[in-house]
Amino acid sequence: MQFGVFTVSDITTDPTTGRTPSEGERIKAVLTIAKKAEEVGLDVFALGEHHNPPFFSSSPTTTLAYVAAQTSTLQLSTATTLITTNDPVKIAEDYAMLQHLAGGRVDLMMGRGNTGPVYPWFGKDIRDGIPLAVENYQLLRRLWREDVVNWEGQFRTPLQGFTSTPRPLDGVPPFVWHGSIRSPQIAEQAAYYGDGFFHNHIFWPKEHTQRMVEFYRRRFEHYGHGAADQAIVGLGGQVFMRKNSQDAVREFRPYFDNAPVYGHGPSLEDFSRETPLTVGSPQQVIERTLGFRDYVGDYQRQLFLIDHAGLPLKTVLEQLDVLGEEVVPVLRREFAARKPAHVPDAPTHASLVAAAGGTTDSTVHAAADDVTGRTVEEVQA
Amino acid sequence: MTTRTLAVVSAGLSTPSSTRLLADRLAEATVAALRARGEDATVEVVELRGHARDLADHLTTGFANESLRASIDTVTGADAVIAVTPVFSASYSGLFKTFFDVLDKDALVGRPVLLGATAGTARHSLAVEYAMRPLFAYLRAVPTPTGVFAASEDWAGGGTDAALAGRIERAAGELADLVAARPVATGPVDPFADPTTSFEELLRGS
Repeated sequence: MQFGVFTVSDITTDPTTGRTPSEGERIKAVLTIAKKAEEVGLDVFALGEHHNPPFFSSSPTTTLAYVAAQTSTLQLSTATTLITTNDPVKIAEDYAMLQHLAGGRVDLMMGRGNTGPVYPWFGKDIRDGIPLAVENYQLLRRLWREDVVNWEGQFRTPLQGFTSTPRPLDGVPPFVWHGSIRSPQIAEQAAYYGDGFFHNHIFWPKEHTQRMVEFYRRRFEHYGHGAADQAIVGLGGQVFMRKNSQDAVREFRPYFDNAPVYGHGPSLEDFSRETPLTVGSPQQVIERTLGFRDYVGDYQRQLFLIDHAGLPLKTVLEQLDVLGEEVVPVLRREFAARKPAHVPDAPTHASLVAAAGGTTDSTVHAAADDVTGRTVEEVQA
Repeated sequence: MTTRTLAVVSAGLSTPSSTRLLADRLAEATVAALRARGEDATVEVVELRGHARDLADHLTTGFANESLRASIDTVTGADAVIAVTPVFSASYSGLFKTFFDVLDKDALVGRPVLLGATAGTARHSLAVEYAMRPLFAYLRAVPTPTGVFAASEDWAGGGTDAALAGRIERAAGELADLVAARPVATGPVDPFADPTTSFEELLRGS
């Protein structure tokens, strides 16, 4: 099972000091968090994508490429990549490039994005969210799997004889997860392709997660990718830990009360009861997290949100220490002990290459130039 | 004899509240009218005052907590809804509107609804027509032709004014006719039922 952190890249005022970090400071902080995640033994770092303040992460592959160069084992992912407003051609190019730079340590999580104003900025309409996700992803898959694509659809200029470069590393496209809180169509999409399904599992009661995952597993089996309990499931989660749970609650409360999204609403206690948020001791986090398995089954990836709502870098790094030293080793051991042998791990580049029967050099070489009749290689020779 | 469920949504704030009083009268009259048509009915009352904080939380979190979820399921799973609000500043109260704001927009499509409102003066009586009715038109619910408004003077003398009683009877009869003409409600729609549209159809854009 993979454990990691995901960040939404919000730049939020620390409510306890009134101080707001600069973009530069927050960007550096997130890079420090990513590197620290690897140091403390976590497996995955996932970065969000947003195109409006207070978020900085409009260009996730740039950030992830930097992290890739500074790490050696960390799996890099997204949370999420906007499959609706991004051009699928650009996603195909950017993430294949990242795959090469990161030595294959890349996967993606597709999301629609629910910020209404973003859609028109990119020439799209939020009411087309599902059809955009369906059409764009189908094209993205083809761009990674077919060297030359002829394509025509509803939302984008047609493609004639188009080759997306670079080709995926070793001829194997990155693994894809689909994230959705409450749209069964997206769970259906994940099941149809045999891709992973990720539930945010932060802002909503666990019953929503449970029902979405159940539906995805049932449809995964329906489409013949394996038994329902072999489907690839990832969950989010939100934790804040101190040695004594009262200290954790006292310290986290002002961040909770003023947090973007759910702040100024329910109390920390209500929200902890209604959603998977866990604020307390490392032992409480271990117990709650192991309990996720009771309602989603054996799953493959657990990502924690630990750096939002204005929490200072120093505190976030302390959270990572606790995760790495006290929480994740126990979770790893306990989840492994409970998992039956026929339940697969989350796919990695290595496992996908093995499943494809080995590496393939899929470089597409240019045809001879119409004017000179020579290829690029001949000119350079 | 089939059994129907009537969900009563009351947005009254005081105890006792004239809004709840009107809601109860409408519910009793509807049960009687259904019996007269050979149908049994159970009544489930949702007092929105008890969900004031839950509704505010829903606005910030985007989800209904357990307590509010139960009431939403009661209303969206019923055969008919009796919706009664006090008139505040010339319209339904904010609490009343918030409850219908957080319902799925398709949750009440085709559902028979009886609209009721109360106020301190009869000069608010058309609030049922110009404020409530468009809300339920948007939700594509089916309000009865008669909406029932009651002002303080309608309750005067400790009993119900004969004219008000007549409006209650007429509206209840209309609601019972709408309910009796429909199949029994099967509860809230399950969004996780296996899809009727295949993914291939989604891919083709249909």
